[in-house]
Amino acid sequence: MLTLILRIALRNPWRHKLRSSLTVAGIVVAILSFGLLSTVVTAWYAGADAASDKRLVVRNSISMTFSMPLAYAERVRAVEGVNDITWSNWFGGVYIDQRNFFPQFAVDAPSYFRLYPEFVIPPDQYLEFLRDRRGAVAGHKLAQRFGWKVGDVIPLKGTIFPGDYQLVLRAIYSGARSSTDENQFMLHWDFLNERIKQIYPGAENQAGIYIVGIRDGREAAAVSQRIDTLFHNSIAETLTETEKAFQLSFVAMTGTIVQAIQIVSWVIIVIIMAVMANTMAMASRERTAEYATLKALGFRPWVGAALVYAESLTLALVGAAIGIWATGPAAHAIGTQLDNIFPTFQVAAQTVRLQWLAAIVVACVAAAFPARRAMQVKIIEGLRSLA
Amino acid sequence: MSTPLICIEHVSKSYRRGREEVPVLYDIHFDIAQGEYLALMGPSGSGKSTLLNLIAGLDQPNAGSIIIDQVDISQLGDAALADWRAANIGFIFQFYNLMPVLTALENVELPLQLTHLSRRERRERALAALALVNLSDRVKHYPAELSGGQLQRVAIARAIVSDPTVIVADEPTGDLDRKSGEEVLSLLDRLNRELGKTIVMVTHDQHAANAARAVRHLEKGELSGLVENRTWNTATNV
Ligand SMILES: Nc1ncnc2c1ncn2[C@@H]1O[C@H](COP(=O)(O)OP(=O)(O)O)[C@@H](O)[C@H]1O
Ligand SMILES: [Mg+2]
Repeated sequence: MLTLILRIALRNPWRHKLRSSLTVAGIVVAILSFGLLSTVVTAWYAGADAASDKRLVVRNSISMTFSMPLAYAERVRAVEGVNDITWSNWFGGVYIDQRNFFPQFAVDAPSYFRLYPEFVIPPDQYLEFLRDRRGAVAGHKLAQRFGWKVGDVIPLKGTIFPGDYQLVLRAIYSGARSSTDENQFMLHWDFLNERIKQIYPGAENQAGIYIVGIRDGREAAAVSQRIDTLFHNSIAETLTETEKAFQLSFVAMTGTIVQAIQIVSWVIIVIIMAVMANTMAMASRERTAEYATLKALGFRPWVGAALVYAESLTLALVGAAIGIWATGPAAHAIGTQLDNIFPTFQVAAQTVRLQWLAAIVVACVAAAFPARRAMQVKIIEGLRSLA
Repeated sequence: MSTPLICIEHVSKSYRRGREEVPVLYDIHFDIAQGEYLALMGPSGSGKSTLLNLIAGLDQPNAGSIIIDQVDISQLGDAALADWRAANIGFIFQFYNLMPVLTALENVELPLQLTHLSRRERRERALAALALVNLSDRVKHYPAELSGGQLQRVAIARAIVSDPTVIVADEPTGDLDRKSGEEVLSLLDRLNRELGKTIVMVTHDQHAANAARAVRHLEKGELSGLVENRTWNTATNV
């Protein structure tokens, strides 16, 4: 019986090749768009997802643009539960043109890379970087984007810290995981600090943020609390949160856009559901006499319904298979275009699962009403509908 | 031959059209013997199909009962009636009602899907039925690739494949040209004569009715007496 149902359901779509192929094409486009939009959303949160739960970020509680005295470092290090600490400042230089934006951080070299083991640097390059005060490190993708090689001079025009900086690329890091951001650029914090001392005397020895390594991820809240209490009522009060929360606070600024994308991706599914429901309604209406004939021959009413569901699922799953198959290459193509925006642009397993699920839900919702009609068709009226 | 196979007892049927009650059959009462080949004649709209549908268990009467092979089918529920039809009725429709996406063989096999026969037995029986209607060379053809006469022969094969108690045929030649119609009628004749099948055929065509062993006329919902077909014994061997 199952074979029979499948046989009929697989052959039925060929009766209206144009209608079936248009419907399948619609599903392909919908599932593909859904997959790509979901991937944008995933990519958006990827930075936060890649965050270590063993790192906290300490910033000035007033705002991100205010810094904190360097002297905080030793006091934070002494806090119960803290293992390690480093700091960085946002540099914000311009490379030739404004449009060449990439994030640049002045970092305290040995401690910074201790806390970020996911930035993997060849040991000899790393030593070269440590030795050169004007040295810089760039992510693999960033270096690729501008065609940089180790030893190249990278001219940056300071915006926050005016001046022409001739930095020398000493090392190129690659990410330990695919989600690691390979678009960052680091220079020596000491070098920047010297420069600040010259142009803004008195503003030196400030850390933009502190990154704190903690013993145990489960203690994050308690350690954060201890750090913030420590600087309560001091000149620069702190706000400590997990690295993930810190990353998400950036994302949250644009969170409404992400939400809109997410909504659009579901709206597409609802639209294709309507298209599919129309196809199935037309198809099953044409087949009323067949459902009635099957019932007359003694087949139970559910057989008609099963035929509608099976056909709907066939169309949806064929469309989904093509759509899902195309999502990978399409995401890859888009990802290479958007490399400097998203650290990773890969289709998550969860997205693929949602694509299959969406296709099945679309098929079932589209089939629900026609299937009910096929099941309830009155034999003598259904047989008449042929004439 | 004299045992009644089908007893139609004071059957009435009316349809509801909106608020109106449209009477179609009044107090129909007659028997059909085992091995009978009966033609129900009458003008269009006289209720022939309605009566045939009641006999075939596709619909239920408003009053009276229909007893076939000692089963009062007017008492059966939907599911029991479906099983009863599968076991006891072979259907032949005016417009063939084959599944367009199934081959001739698969269409003939269809009723056997409701039996416990193995795949192989199903196939063998379906092939035998197709051989009986002279379509052994068309088993892999889809309905769209067959002529009207061939389609009706496939339908006849489907009707007999499960060896039903009764074969019902509603205007089986209604959509066919003369020659194809003759082929179908001669097949029904053979089923009745050689295999002893009980056949109830509805037609408004005198020529078709002449092929049957006996005729009843239905006029305005009432039935005439049985008219034995005098030519029947001689008009054989088509
Ligand atoms: N499902 C139905 N609903 C309402 N009226 C019907 C229905 N089926 C048949 N009728 C009416 O019953 C009468 C007899 O129909 P039918 O049995 O099909 O006649 P015949 O087969 O003799 O042409 C007709 O007047 C027809 O309009
Ligand atoms: Mg009729």
